[in-house]
Amino acid sequence: MEIIVCVKRVPDTETRIRILEDSSEISSEGVKYITSPYDEFALEAGVRMKEAHEPVCLTVLTLGGERAQENLRNALALGADQAKLLRGSITMDGLATAKVLAKEIDSTKPDLVLFGVKAGDDDQQQVGPMVATLLGYKCATNVSNFEIHESVATCQRQIEGGTEVIELPLPAVITVTKGEFEPRYPSLRGIMAAKKKPLVTKDVEVPESRLIMTSLEYPPERDGIHMIEDGMDGIAELVQLLREEAKVL
Amino acid sequence: MSNLLVFVEQRGGCISAVTREILSVASCLAKEFGVELHALVLGDDMLASSSDELTDYGADRIFLAEHSDLGTYLGETFSSVIVSTVKLGDYRAVMFPATAMGKDLAPRVTAMLDTAMATDVTQLEVSEGELEITRPVYGGKVFAKMRFTAFPAVISLRPNAFSPKKSSGAGHIKNIEVSLPSTEGHRVKEIETLGRKNLDVSEAHSVVSGGRGMKEPANWKLLEDLRDALGPESALGASRAVVDAGWRPHGEQVGQTGKTVAPKLYFAVGISGAVQHLAGMRTAQTIVAINKDADAPIFSVADYGIVGDAMEILPILAEKVGQLNSEEY
Repeated sequence: MEIIVCVKRVPDTETRIRILEDSSEISSEGVKYITSPYDEFALEAGVRMKEAHEPVCLTVLTLGGERAQENLRNALALGADQAKLLRGSITMDGLATAKVLAKEIDSTKPDLVLFGVKAGDDDQQQVGPMVATLLGYKCATNVSNFEIHESVATCQRQIEGGTEVIELPLPAVITVTKGEFEPRYPSLRGIMAAKKKPLVTKDVEVPESRLIMTSLEYPPERDGIHMIEDGMDGIAELVQLLREEAKVL
Repeated sequence: MSNLLVFVEQRGGCISAVTREILSVASCLAKEFGVELHALVLGDDMLASSSDELTDYGADRIFLAEHSDLGTYLGETFSSVIVSTVKLGDYRAVMFPATAMGKDLAPRVTAMLDTAMATDVTQLEVSEGELEITRPVYGGKVFAKMRFTAFPAVISLRPNAFSPKKSSGAGHIKNIEVSLPSTEGHRVKEIETLGRKNLDVSEAHSVVSGGRGMKEPANWKLLEDLRDALGPESALGASRAVVDAGWRPHGEQVGQTGKTVAPKLYFAVGISGAVQHLAGMRTAQTIVAINKDADAPIFSVADYGIVGDAMEILPILAEKVGQLNSEEY
């Protein structure tokens, strides 16, 4: 079975995000980069499928800059067999990214393609289902757990107020959310082995973004906290304020 | 003449709350642009009974796509009906709710129409004659304003970010012919719901959220009492710590690897306020923090705060809220 996991290099949430002078980009100074948290669930799912269904070729794929190689090496250390970096620019236009990924994925026609449900930077949540649509693959999104049996993936999709169990014949795209696939830590052996696994780089042309960012702004400053005294009177005051001042009760 | 199309989320003829919110903002935009607002309803039954409400919220044209295979959501069937409808008209924008269904459906439609999409939009305006959206990025730390150069613009709107407002539309109904692609073994096997009391945290107007500071799972009764006192539009939320500890189900988790919520009122009880949690709730209209630790970071984003023992505060709070609501009657 052939599995491809797509990952994205994003700023760590802990990072303080600062908007640059011209207010349409963020500063990359002092920013720590990681693999998007949901992509780690997808990677874990890929590794577990590999363990359950050998022989499997597990490829980790990313579209990004040169530094994304770091994310790919981490993925190799976790159990991927090979890695591919498509060197090109990323924008918030998910379809532009999806077209590039779909073209690459189509060249190997894998049985399963895994994505995190959304990226930790732009939160656009588009690329997975778009790639599936471009490839003509079945797709299930926001999946917390899945199993493969005789070329059918049975997935648990998280929906409002419950879970939907859905069956998808392969080939398919699954976007993974938090649930069964808690990411493992790489072993020392895995880290050593990763150095020898193939990592291929290829330059790609990404279509122009059809979403134009006109500005970036910080959220409106909240007015500052109104501290309430603990105790019966304080709580009564809070309820009054919520009703009369905040108007939310 | 570029009209606006809204995809209607409905169950048994009743349209969802977020659909009313979307129609309300779409109706304003349609007036500003001087165009029509169209609504598209998919389902297997009783679609016509939603048309009065759709008209009340501004729909000028209502397309009803009724078919026995449209009773359960399936990405391929729904997207194919929507795309056929879009191609028959001339649309500036197609709008979806940013719910599990909308987030699955809208990207497919975008790829099929070869256009561009903005997800989880919190503001929609006409600026210099163009549609401009605002959406949170980097876990809500920054808001991006964006415009489209591809049309129709596909937009999914965050629940609770827009206020529902009635405004009568022309309400012309049209039943449309539906022909669906074969789904080849792709099917929904079953749906397990959590039960009647459990409004999803992402749809609730008020959220009562608990963290490690609640000390043990049994104390959740106190949070449930507060939720009940707040009324039927309230739900429970949880921090990652208590979900990972197995105290609460993942469906309640609010935060970077949980749900993003924007309720009118958010109680953060015994939650320290780690950056990953804030990413999921910082756009709540009013945030109340209750924590024993005066230095907890949650106090830096809250609007109101009490430093104290949650287990003592909660019952009094639930009682006072309950009294307030019963004064109405």
